[in-house]
Amino acid sequence: MDIPYTVKDRPDTGLYNGKLGIWLFLASEVMLFGGLFSAYIFLRTGVDTWPIGADILNVPLATLNTLFLITSSVTMVMSWASLKLKDLAKFKLYAGLTLLLACGFLIVKYFEYTHKFHVGLFPSTNTFLGIYFTMTGLHVLHIIGGIIVIFYFWMPGSKMWKSDPERFTNRIEIVGLYWHFVDLVWIFLFPVLYLL
Amino acid sequence: MADLTPEQVKHHVKIYVMVFVALAFLTIVTVAISYLDLGVKASVALALFVASIKGSLVACYFMHLIDEKITIYWTLLVTAAMFMVLLFVPLSAMLAHTKI
Repeated sequence: MDIPYTVKDRPDTGLYNGKLGIWLFLASEVMLFGGLFSAYIFLRTGVDTWPIGADILNVPLATLNTLFLITSSVTMVMSWASLKLKDLAKFKLYAGLTLLLACGFLIVKYFEYTHKFHVGLFPSTNTFLGIYFTMTGLHVLHIIGGIIVIFYFWMPGSKMWKSDPERFTNRIEIVGLYWHFVDLVWIFLFPVLYLL
Repeated sequence: MADLTPEQVKHHVKIYVMVFVALAFLTIVTVAISYLDLGVKASVALALFVASIKGSLVACYFMHLIDEKITIYWTLLVTAAMFMVLLFVPLSAMLAHTKI
């Protein structure tokens, strides 16, 4: 049985089902990260002293990672726009760049984490590092999830372009919405953890 | 976003590039602000203000929220209300603590 409304909009919602689905998922994601931001405020306001992130964490590396993620957001949306212009080759180029930038983010994060462990800074060291590793760790898991899905659509999943191009374009729009959300979370994590 | 003409898509692409430049510039601004000695409260307020502008740009243009269906706006309105509750839980706990 075919899944209904994968291309056409449902008359009652005005959206194709996948789009409403991803927005409801993102709403739950807002609550997931929101809970951790709430915990951060609770922890920070509950103590007399709180370290400045820049004294413990590497701001230049995090700035580089911010640039990686915002650039990957642009390449992601460009990959969708390429499909709208019926250009699969450009889609492959932009989706490939998105993957490259996402992997760049992970590599930088790997160096950041391993350096912390090397100098004896662990999640159990203090409350600041506890919330830092929890929030950035959850964010890294989201990046890995995004990489897996984008890679699928970049390689085997792109077969759908031949059989059902509109549905494939919608799939890229959906994964794009997820990816922009992951970027958006980092836009707040960066100043909150590294700069303040 | 289902029925865009090629001209409309090309216009969108121009906007994406402009938004990218703005995001890169604001990232530099965010880092620069952190080097100024403004005090904790002003630094937090300013950093969150800049982050909110960046977040809005991503949501409005990359996620196309500037031109979306009402169903999504309602979904996000409920989410935003619940998110505010989450943020005010620790703040209300703080207020209760100061009364004691």
